[in-house]
This record gives sequence, structure tokens and C-alpha cells, in this order.
Amino acid sequence: MPEQSAGWATTLRLALRRDRIMLTSWVIGLAATAGLSAAATVDLYPTEESRVAAADTINSSAAVVALYGRVYDPTSLGAVSMIKLTALGAAIVGIVMLFVAIRHTRGDEEPGRLELLTGGRLGRQAPLTSTVVLVSGASAALALLTAAANTAAGLPWQGSLAFGLGWGVTALVYGAVGCVTAQLSESSRNARGLGLGVIAATYALRAVGDLADPTPGAMSWLSPVGWNQQLRAYAGDRRWVLVLPLLASVGLVLTAYAMRSRRDLGAGLRADRPGPSAGSLGSVGGLSWRLQSRVFLAWAVGFVVFGAILGSLASSVDKLLTSPAMRDFFEKIGGTAGLVDVFLGAEVAIIAAVAAAYGVSAAERLRSEEVEGRVEPLLATSTTRVRWASSHYAVALSGSAALMVLAGLSIGASASASLGDWSQLGRVLVAALVQVPAVWVVTSLVLLLFGWLPRFTVAAWGLLVSFVLLGEFGALWKLPEWLRDVSPLRHAPTLPVTSSAVLPVVVLTLVAALVSAAGYLGWHRRDLTN
Amino acid sequence: MSDSGPVIDVRGLVKTFGSTRALDGLDLRVERGEVHGFLGPNGAGKTTALRVLLGSVRADSGHARVLGRDPWRDITALHAQLAYVPGDVALWPNLTGGEVIDLLGRLQGGHDPARRARLLEMFELDPTKKSRSYSKGNRQKVALVAALASHAEVYLFDEPTSGLDPLMEEQFRRCVHELKADGRTVLLSSHILSEAEALSDRISIIRAGVVVETGALSDMRHLQRLAISAETEHELHGITDVPGLGDIVLEGNHLRCSVEPAHLAELLSHLTAAGIKTLESHPPTLEQLFLSHYGVTVDEDATAHA
Repeated sequence: MPEQSAGWATTLRLALRRDRIMLTSWVIGLAATAGLSAAATVDLYPTEESRVAAADTINSSAAVVALYGRVYDPTSLGAVSMIKLTALGAAIVGIVMLFVAIRHTRGDEEPGRLELLTGGRLGRQAPLTSTVVLVSGASAALALLTAAANTAAGLPWQGSLAFGLGWGVTALVYGAVGCVTAQLSESSRNARGLGLGVIAATYALRAVGDLADPTPGAMSWLSPVGWNQQLRAYAGDRRWVLVLPLLASVGLVLTAYAMRSRRDLGAGLRADRPGPSAGSLGSVGGLSWRLQSRVFLAWAVGFVVFGAILGSLASSVDKLLTSPAMRDFFEKIGGTAGLVDVFLGAEVAIIAAVAAAYGVSAAERLRSEEVEGRVEPLLATSTTRVRWASSHYAVALSGSAALMVLAGLSIGASASASLGDWSQLGRVLVAALVQVPAVWVVTSLVLLLFGWLPRFTVAAWGLLVSFVLLGEFGALWKLPEWLRDVSPLRHAPTLPVTSSAVLPVVVLTLVAALVSAAGYLGWHRRDLTN
Repeated sequence: MSDSGPVIDVRGLVKTFGSTRALDGLDLRVERGEVHGFLGPNGAGKTTALRVLLGSVRADSGHARVLGRDPWRDITALHAQLAYVPGDVALWPNLTGGEVIDLLGRLQGGHDPARRARLLEMFELDPTKKSRSYSKGNRQKVALVAALASHAEVYLFDEPTSGLDPLMEEQFRRCVHELKADGRTVLLSSHILSEAEALSDRISIIRAGVVVETGALSDMRHLQRLAISAETEHELHGITDVPGLGDIVLEGNHLRCSVEPAHLAELLSHLTAAGIKTLESHPPTLEQLFLSHYGVTVDEDATAHA
């Protein structure tokens, strides 16, 4: 192995040079997110009673437990304040490192940049080795900075260290996942999709485990996000749990090495078979669907499976109301039906953010096709620019809408089955449908960037992450209303859907149409670039 | 569309990218039925000019017409009569070559199946292979077959043979001759003088975004010089007296120079008298032409205008 990694220091320097701004700002930004959230809650829960009350509310709401997990020590300020960042934060940290790992392995291999380098004295495994070093270093930096930020914000240093290390090893595991998916797929786009699928699946596994009885169930122990929760930072600091992600990372990295040594540069693991000598594709619409259909079908399967898992958790809403006082309170304000609505509404909103991620990734095709030089030959035929762009944009819009329909049906059917109440099916489906315009607004931002700032088309991902962060932490950080209103996802109506939903649905649809029109205009007027 | 006017008519075209002037007042005229060589070193602006003609980029100023149409505004009508092969062909990795050819064919308004089959055979291209497994040359063949199988009025080729081996280059030349016999108009960009020379009726030489010379190659006497490299047994005397000689570098018994074809015989008799040991003669490369004709090297030229 060592001689196969010859020259890794060179590729590492190259990676650091290319990422010096992006990776540094992500690491600092994430650590700052933790520190800011900690500081905000120190003021929010000054007394032990206030913390216990908050923890009780969290632990007795199935929606909150499914999304963020439990508070394992209600008296601990750290445990209460870091609840969202322990689950959702760990997933975001994982996404960042997943993208970094793929960018420096498959992402470099795809356009032939690595071939340029391996002509020099570079071992076959050198890019993988340097990526592992880069990801490990960035994870370690993230761990220490986060621990420091939380300590500075007023949380105890022991818990902060555990929390920081927890983030660090979670980042490492998902970075290692990226190393493996990069070997499995022929394009970085597919590698990212596969990796995001793994993160979503492991996130859902822990949701099931956290709602199991007794909790945490076995499923929580099958998930890196679950490990991060069971580390119980600020609530016992079980540092031995850190061994699990470390072992998993080592295993994944070794798997990636073994896969890499078995395939050629640029190729996936599967060899190509000959295909048809003549084609039936006759339009750019057919081409776009051909290029995107497999990815869409994979997302569709994911939405149905996760929807079924999430929906099945609806019956645990009732069980979590352990304290008689809580039960009393909810029965007075209209019974547990309201709680079920809150639970299902939260699930639909989360899945809408994931559908927006699909919309963004499908629409990003516009830019990658242009950059890779595959648009010009098509546009040299009678195909117009608008028609070509529409072919991919239509897949993004109709695909994300179809995913919401599937999610609505799946969550609705599974919730109905678990509650024994089939009226839920239609209600959840409607709740999923009214989210579609907000998903479209997010997707349309890709077209806007593509039309006017093509080199920054990928910034749409940053916008989506910002919208999710605004929704999750906007209130905690006491951000002004107008800023939180920037997120289109905030304006989508939720359960129970009433006639008041008409206005936001119409307005969001209009916004999506206007943004799309502006994007088309820019694309129609600008030069092709790469 | 007027049948009498030039097929490609470009005057004073300017295109800047930031502070770079890629086209700096370009003029280009290509008549109907003509094969026109568009010759220049890397970075001279050939591809930018072709992309303006395709409507991919918009010129800052100047006049451009293809078949009497504005390539930016009448793009759809124009493209129905146009075929294009880019210099660097990118394909969809999971489509086979045959599928790509047929897709492009349908978007161009339909291929003749017999012609398609003949071209596949000529270029020895296996259409059942997935595009990701094609080499650069094979990707170029896919684009060439798709373009040549269409019935276009105008063909734009951007360094079409840069990935082809000499045998395939020869096949490409045959295809261009067929297009010409058929009355089609071809604009062929290249940085290889011999390729442009073998195919073109006329050539335009572009340098730093300006066409510096245009006309039939036979009219460009200064471009017809041969580059000579010779070694003789005895020392060469009085070589400078031979008319039509240039760029002379004489080091003992080694001579390097360029010569007009009309004076080749005189030079040879001089060399024979001195006892020729080795003799090489070849048409000048574009680089040598630039050096002798414009007094700059291609590299200097590129950096001066980058």
C-alpha cells in the first residue's frame, strides 16, 4: 500500500490550495453555529426548573423525538441546548464532509484532472490517501473548534469536549462513506446522491430507534447520528461510544482502498456492456428523462420507504405522553388529534426540504451539462436554448412534485394504518401537495443562478442549507422575522390544511413562475460558458 | 436568404472576455460551395469566432451573417441548415455512440440511414459502445458521423482531426471533398497548415483575433516556402548568393533555411556541389510561418494578447 500512495502529500497540498477558503469557512461556520446556539440557550433556560420543563416537552413530543432525539439529562443545560445540533447538526456536518471527500476523489477523476497528475509520479491510491488525511484533519479541527466555541459560550468544558469530538467523528464517518460511494459511482453527482441517501437512511434509522420502547432501540445503534446521540454529551459523556464511529471509519476507508485497487481510473466497479447501435431518442426531453430517470427512481424508492417509516411512528405520539399533567394539558386543548397533526406536519415539512434537495440536484444538471460541453452540439441543431433548458427543468419540477405525492401517500397510508384511522391518508396527501410550490421556489433559484450567475449555480445548495438553518435555528438565534421569512419553506401551509392555505400556495406558485421566467431570460441572453 | 451573397459574411467582429480581446475586428468571407480553411495558432480566436457564428456567444460589436441570417437572433432557422463539430467532443457517458448519432440526427431533421451506415464503416466506429469507453478520437468520430450524415448547407468544423489517426484523417478529407462536390459550404478551423492546404480552396489566417491574410494558398507565395535542413561533406560557400533564400542558419556543414519553390533547383545544385549527406525538406509549420512572417513566435503572440 505505501508505494501505491506515493505522492499523496502533493495531492494533499493541491486539495488544501483548492479548498482553503471553502473548507475553512465551513469548519468555522459550523463551530460558530454550535457556539451561537449554546450562548442563546444559556439565557433562555436560566433555572433548573425551566430546563426540566423544556426537556419534558421535548421528550413527550413524538415529532420532536423523531426529528431530533431525546434529552437524556433534563437538568443539564448543555443537553437541552444542543438537542437539535446533536442529530440534525451531526447530519449537516456529515453532508459537508461527504461532499469534500467526493470532490477530491471522484470529482477530480471525472473530468480527467487526476489523469493529468497520475502521469507524474503519483501512486494509484495517492488521491484517496490525501483525501483521508484531509477529511481527518478537517474533522479534528472541527472537533476542537466546536468544543472551544461551546466552552466559550458558557457550557461545561467536559461536555463540550465530548460534543465536539462527537461531531468530529460523525464528520469522519460520513467522509469515509463519501470515499466508498465515490468508488461505487462513475460520476460525482451519483456519488453525492448515494451518499446523501446513506445519511438520510441512517437519520431515519435513529428516528425509529429513538421512538422504540424501551428507548433507545437497536436501530439507534445502527446509525452514526444515533451514536452521536448515545454519546450523551452534557448528559453523562459516555466517551467509549466514540470508538464505534472510529472503527466504522477505518472499515469504510479500507473498503474504499480495496475497491479502488480493483478498478481502472475513471471507471466504476461494474464493466460496461455493449448497448444498442441505433437510438430511439428523438428529442431533448427524451434525452433529459433518459439521463435523469434512474436517479429519480432511486429517490422515489427512498421517499416511499422513508415515508412509510416516518408515518408508522404516528402511533407513538400517544405513548410518549407519560406525565399525567401533560396528558391533561393536551386533552384540554383538543385532545391528541392536534398532537398527531403536529407530528405529521413536521414530517411532511422535513420531507419537503428533502424534495427541494432533489429539485436542486436535478436542476443543477443544466450547469453540469453546459460545463462539460454537451450543450453546444445540441444547440447547434434546431433545438432552442429555452427548449433545452426546459427539458431538464421540467424533470426537476415534475420530479420534486411527484416525490411529494409519493411521500404524502406513503406517510399517509402508513400513519393511517398505525393509527387505525384512514381519514389521515387524504389529509396527509393534501398537506404534502401544498408544500410543492415552496419546493418549486427553491428549485427555481437554480435556474435564476444558471441564467444570470452561471458560475455560482452550485450556490443554490448553500441557499437550501441556509433556508433549513433559518427554519431550525432562526427563532433560537432571535433573528428578525423578515430574515426568517426569506425561506420559502417557512411559508408552506401545514396540517390541518384549511382554506387559509390557498393564499400562500398561490403566492408561492407565482414567485416560482416569476423567478423561473427571470432565469430563462438570463439564459436566453447570455453567452455559453464553461 | 440570398443565393448570390457570401454564405459567411463577418465584418469588424469584436468579442471581449473581461480584459481579453478574443476577437479584435475580425473579417471573414466564405463563398457558397467553398471549403475555407480558418488557420491560426492556439488561442488566436478561432473557436470564439466559430461560437459567434453558432450563436453560442454574442459579439460585442461588428457584423456577422451566416446564410444571410443573424446567428444570434435567427438562431433556430439558421441551425436547421447548419452542422457543427466541436474541437473537444463531450458525450453522455451512458449513451452508446449510435444513440448519440441518432439523437443529433433527429434534432437536425433526420439522417439518411444508408449514409449513416457508410460513414460508420468509413470511420471504423463501433456504435454499440457506451460513450464513456470511447477515446478522444472515437468521440470525435461520433460527432463527425452525426454532422456528415445530415443534409446541412454549412458545415463548421473546429479542429476536427485533432484526435484522429492519419488513416481516419484521410477518410475525413474524402468526406470533405464529397461535401464540396455536392456544393456544400465548409468552414474548417485548424492549426495545421498542411491540413488546411490539402482541403481548402481559400484560407484565412487569424492572429490575435484579427484575420491577417486571406486568399487562395497558391496566391500566398510567402507561405509556400519550403523549410530545408541539410548536411554536406564540404563546407558551404556562397550560399547567401542563392536567390529566394531566407532564415539562413549556417553552422559549419549544417544548413537550415527556407526557400521559395522556384529557387529550389539552384539551392540543390549548390548542395550537390558540396556533397549532400542528408537532406530534409518539409512545408513550414504554422509556428515557423509566424516567426518568419510576423517576426513573433506563437507563444509570444499568445501571451501578448492573453
